[in-house]
Amino acid sequence: MTITLNGERHEITEPMTVDALLALLAIDPRRVAVEHNRTIVRRPRYGEIVVDEGDTVEIVNFVGGG
Amino acid sequence: MIAGRTFRSRLIVGTGKYPSHAVMAQAHEASGADMVTVAVRRVNIADRSTESLLDYIDTNRIFLLPNTAGCYTVDDAVRTAHLGREAGLSNWVKLEVIGDERTLFPDNEALIAATRILVKDGFVVLPYTNDDPIACRKLEDAGAAAVMPLGAPIGSGLGIQNINNIRIIREFSKVPVIVDAGVGTASDAALAMELGADGVLMNTAIAGARSPVQMAAAMKHAIIAGRLAYLSGRIPRKLYATASSPLEGVIGT
Repeated sequence: MTITLNGERHEITEPMTVDALLALLAIDPRRVAVEHNRTIVRRPRYGEIVVDEGDTVEIVNFVGGG
Repeated sequence: MIAGRTFRSRLIVGTGKYPSHAVMAQAHEASGADMVTVAVRRVNIADRSTESLLDYIDTNRIFLLPNTAGCYTVDDAVRTAHLGREAGLSNWVKLEVIGDERTLFPDNEALIAATRILVKDGFVVLPYTNDDPIACRKLEDAGAAAVMPLGAPIGSGLGIQNINNIRIIREFSKVPVIVDAGVGTASDAALAMELGADGVLMNTAIAGARSPVQMAAAMKHAIIAGRLAYLSGRIPRKLYATASSPLEGVIGT
């Protein structure tokens, strides 16, 4: 199934929680912020919110900047 | 002090464009800064090998200020600010809404609108703006915790382009004034402080110097010197000389 992840089409095998998606991508959940269909997901809800077919997900972190 | 929080240093530095994270950490140490800016960007899904910036910043000692760099609309800036708050440790944001790609000058109209929205959303907003005292006043009225007029275009190293306007902004503002952008070398930073600025924010001036660590130390001293000079009440400028040594008792008269 296809989702839009950070602006790109991305394939996942089945619907999964944000937590599971981050684990799949080997991303540390403590260092990122996640937006699911334009709504920010609060960290306590990473195990609740399910990413499904056609969803748009943004995963951001801090990088160097002025 | 900004929004009730006290900082030891009046120098705020960025985390971008350093030769390496290790050099960045050394430069931060040398600068004495206790607040640094960071950008909010998509995680690079394909390349997981890049080092994490936060491994090189001790967030117990240094306060992180997320920015909304690269945002050209109110919507993007507000979204980025919210994401920055979620990823970070505070509700502070350096708000940027850019109006032009080449100059990176702020779109003040959008900036003021975004400030209003984010203040209502509970953010402590530090907006990057230009040297227009009226824009600064509107930002203050919109609830900004400080105003951050640019000295010159980001990364330009031109120093303070409009000395009088910075002075006027300081006179009109009831919130802290932080000169942000355009500083090139130590004297630029000292000048900003002599004009009454409460602080200076810089990135390229340090990160892009041949020796970032040394320049960071120079900037630290420049900020201290400029602030002390400002508080000491300088002598007026005069067109002609006024001798420093006595006129009487000169041999041969």
